[in-house]
Amino acid sequence: MTSPAGGAVELDGLVKRYGTGGAERTAVDGLSFGAARGAVTALLGPNGAGKTTTIEICEGFRRADAGTVRVLGRDPVADARELKPRVGVMPQSGGVPGTARAGEFLRLVASFHATPLDTGALLERLGLTEHARTPFRRMSGGQQQRLSLAVAVVGRPELVFLDEPTTGLDPQARHATWELIEELRAAGVSVVLTTHHMEEAERLADHVVIVDHGRVVAQGAPGVLTGAERQLRFRARPGLGLEELLAALPAGSAAKESPAGHYLIEADVRPELLATVTAWCASHGVMTEDLRIERRTLEDVFLELTGRDLRA
Amino acid sequence: MTALDLTPAPAAVPVPRMVAAQAGYELRTMLRNGEQLLLTLIIPVVLLVLFATTSLLDLGPGRRVDFLAPGILALAVLSTAFTGQAIGTGFERRYGVLKRLGATPLPRGGLIAAKTLAVLAVEAVQAAVICGVALALGWRPHGDPFSVLVLLLLGTAAFSGFGLLMAGTLRAEATLGAANLVYILLLAAGGVVFPLDDFPAPVRDALELLPISALAEGLRDVLRDGAALPGVPLLVLAVWAVVGLVLAARFFRWE
Repeated sequence: MTSPAGGAVELDGLVKRYGTGGAERTAVDGLSFGAARGAVTALLGPNGAGKTTTIEICEGFRRADAGTVRVLGRDPVADARELKPRVGVMPQSGGVPGTARAGEFLRLVASFHATPLDTGALLERLGLTEHARTPFRRMSGGQQQRLSLAVAVVGRPELVFLDEPTTGLDPQARHATWELIEELRAAGVSVVLTTHHMEEAERLADHVVIVDHGRVVAQGAPGVLTGAERQLRFRARPGLGLEELLAALPAGSAAKESPAGHYLIEADVRPELLATVTAWCASHGVMTEDLRIERRTLEDVFLELTGRDLRA
Repeated sequence: MTALDLTPAPAAVPVPRMVAAQAGYELRTMLRNGEQLLLTLIIPVVLLVLFATTSLLDLGPGRRVDFLAPGILALAVLSTAFTGQAIGTGFERRYGVLKRLGATPLPRGGLIAAKTLAVLAVEAVQAAVICGVALALGWRPHGDPFSVLVLLLLGTAAFSGFGLLMAGTLRAEATLGAANLVYILLLAAGGVVFPLDDFPAPVRDALELLPISALAEGLRDVLRDGAALPGVPLLVLAVWAVVGLVLAARFFRWE
């Protein structure tokens, strides 16, 4: 992020307020992060966390009330003319005239660029070939999303901003989108996306920025954020004597029952530990179900940091 | 699957090429829009034929079609530059199209230029059809084409300014209603088909200051009476054009 050319995006102390007087609301509250060039950076957070506002400031659509923004080393408003061809934008919804046909609108935007992608091949890749002549308003939500993604990348940009690229997509379309994002990254394109699907952030992102209430609550590579720790989960009859079980486990282990009948053991999960737990259950006549060993997810990290559910 | 070379290669084409592409797109969109076609071609032609071939209206002395054709040409400019443009641009703003295009290399000035070119192209089609029908009805125009062109261009500038002002400040639904209302009011009270001489003198003097009356009367002065560059209508249109464009530039909001 401190390479000579600077990062793809560098934000420092960003503040954005909406409204005035008593109705004032702070959407972004001192947000700072960097997105490296050639990497996928995911802004992860619940609805209303300030993700879209942040991205729209980077796109030059809004001005920050305080803080600095650098996109490809430039100011998104003052240097807009230079940045436009270099930056692709996929807004959260809409942006295409209802009467415009998919292929027609894509070709129009392609024609603004000197060396655009082949629009036919791009439509095919995103499964839109048979909708090339369909007016935008008659396309399904998922088809509209994919067209919007195509419009963002058709000019072969260095950097793309994708605001919730897979919201409302069926699994097949979501995977097509993920593959395209992975290819963009492989081709050296910097990608900044917002999402509230931790699965998406975990799969795609090199760097995850967890945002809540307009602030960064944590950031790092997905593996670093979730840590190497594993945990053990199982279901059994409610009300087991966990303190007795804990006494049998190595020091530093933790165990809890939440909700009733669902048990979680956070510990250094090794084969011996597993044997200890199952032996203890056997000696107490407890039948375990759904016993599994798993890593912490971004969801767990988010819940721990903010006390709220990502999907809430 | 087709291989896509996604390697970054960003470069914009020169602005005139972008404007030409956008203008072509805008023109296709306008010609495809059925409701707009009703406003831009069908209503003007129906009014022209109806009132030229019947005695439903007292159009004053002189040949009926010589009175009507200039008024209908003015109505055509009103429908495309004002009503059509206000409604189309209002909904583009509402659906985030203007914002989306703002993220492409096409500059905002280029977008306005493209819209203007598309409006002029539609007006050329309208003028060709209306003149063709009028000639078939026995119209015999006089006057110099240059004066006609200046009047039409100034009228386009005046109506575009107010059309964009409305589209860029009101909600899309409000623009839809207001733009149609203004169309009907100006059609009725702007000397398009109903002669202004039928109104009481003070009302008439006020109505003559409307841009539609200035355009219709100016075109009549040239095409029916053979005048060159009619001063008062040109002055009235110029004032409306400057006021409309300045207000639009000042208050237009892109989203």
